[in-house]
Amino acid sequence: MKKPNDVILHSVTKAAVVIILTFSIDLFFAGHHDPGGGFIGGLGFASALTLLLLAFDIEWVRENIPIDFKVVTASGVLIAVLTGLGSVVFDAPFLSQTFDYFNLPIFGKTELATAVIFDFGVALAVIGTAVTIILSIAEDR
Amino acid sequence: MNANVSSEVIAAVLILVGTIFSFLSAVGLIRLPDVYTRSHAASKSSTLGVLCTLLGALLYFWITDGYFSIRLILGIFFVFLTAPVAAHLICRAAYRSNVELAKESVQDDLKEVLKRD
Repeated sequence: MKKPNDVILHSVTKAAVVIILTFSIDLFFAGHHDPGGGFIGGLGFASALTLLLLAFDIEWVRENIPIDFKVVTASGVLIAVLTGLGSVVFDAPFLSQTFDYFNLPIFGKTELATAVIFDFGVALAVIGTAVTIILSIAEDR
Repeated sequence: MNANVSSEVIAAVLILVGTIFSFLSAVGLIRLPDVYTRSHAASKSSTLGVLCTLLGALLYFWITDGYFSIRLILGIFFVFLTAPVAAHLICRAAYRSNVELAKESVQDDLKEVLKRD
């Protein structure tokens, strides 16, 4: 029996991955006022990568996304610790968070919080951990 | 009956239709003979049931709260896109692992095509 032709799975995966990535980024930025945040956003991102790994093979994904996900985990933890240390620089206790309103060119009056940077570190750590676990289980040849 | 109440009735009818379609798909899962007809029942009618329910929820929140949920639109599109593909993949995996068709079946074109290759 010859190898099955996966054209339906491949083309739908290409559309679905865009939707999942958009939704996970939306979840990430929604975290300050609505349900969401770094953890679930990172997991959504990792699930999009997992869908790519299921539909295509590992070599294809490695060629097109040439990122070492252990480095992603390490940089996520580093960013989270550095936001904590940043508050020490401004003579506040470790991990103090602040926010302020800015007038950005496109978005208008926007609330920017330092907690988003901490959340970004959490998201990077979650993405790196999940994808590293899946890749290291998958490659047993 | 003002506009708000009648629109709530439309949303309620949509949600009821979606629930009935989901129930029919569950009945189809129990009653139909083999995996392919069950997948036929489970994929189509439950997709339509979920779509009707989500559309009813979207209309309800849009009209009563004035909140247009882009996530529900995205969910409707996503379910509409992926549920038939999931059914297709399950059916193909079943056929390729030699799951028998129901004994009422009269024609199996794919078998001859696969034998020829």
